[in-house]
Amino acid sequence: MNPLERRRRRGAIDAAMVCVILLLVVQMWLLTATLESFLAGHRGVAGAAFAVSLCLFLVCGALYLLVVRLDRSDAPEEPPTSSAGPWRMGEPPSHPGM
Amino acid sequence: MSDDHESRPAWREEFSIDAAEDAYVLRRQFTKFLVLTSAGMACGNGWIWLRSLAAAPATPYPAAAIARAADVAPGQVRMFSYPGEHDPCILVRRTNGTLAAFSQKCTHLSCAVYYAAAADRLECPCHNGAFSVENGRVLQGPPPRPLPRIKLDQRGDDIYAVGVEEGDEP
Repeated sequence: MNPLERRRRRGAIDAAMVCVILLLVVQMWLLTATLESFLAGHRGVAGAAFAVSLCLFLVCGALYLLVVRLDRSDAPEEPPTSSAGPWRMGEPPSHPGM
Repeated sequence: MSDDHESRPAWREEFSIDAAEDAYVLRRQFTKFLVLTSAGMACGNGWIWLRSLAAAPATPYPAAAIARAADVAPGQVRMFSYPGEHDPCILVRRTNGTLAAFSQKCTHLSCAVYYAAAADRLECPCHNGAFSVENGRVLQGPPPRPLPRIKLDQRGDDIYAVGVEEGDEP
């Protein structure tokens, strides 16, 4: 993956995380407002608030899946090697002469 | 310059993960934490919705004997629950002898209101809200709407609650 593509992917991940945080702030406000409204005796808004909160959660979930996908594809192509040898993790060591 | 492997003790080779690396939070993990928080708040909203469904008032309101008229002297109050056992109300005999009853839950944050006989009004101690004992309207403070008024019916010496009149927003 070229550096430009990698930079774009990282920018997309950062943007998705910022969106999740903003949605979370909105959801927190919604929960507080709904609770205050419920305690004040307005029971009609609770259903609508729950529907909106569920939608916000689904959007957050979709953004999380996007972050996971982009973050995996952003990972280095070479798998990490263990400190015990130069072979790839999970593969048996190959000894020259065997 | 010495080699890195020579400068590190042998036991370090057996532990390939440092404590600092172990505490390192990936972007994925952080986002997962945020999404779980979001799920928790959605569940909270769902719980409030279920509670609001369960707390829907039963109609029509039943008639319930709440007190005997002779037992409530002028300036005194009597607590009762209406229409359900979790709906606290307050019956007030004002100094001029008239009876009035209201829900005891403040319309701001559901604190219990009490009758201030000196000022002849219902007051909420939490945020200094005050309601008229005549019709339940807001006199001061943060309550957004009047107190729900309990309809009363006097049958002989017994006082009955026969309904709830929700206070409209101003």
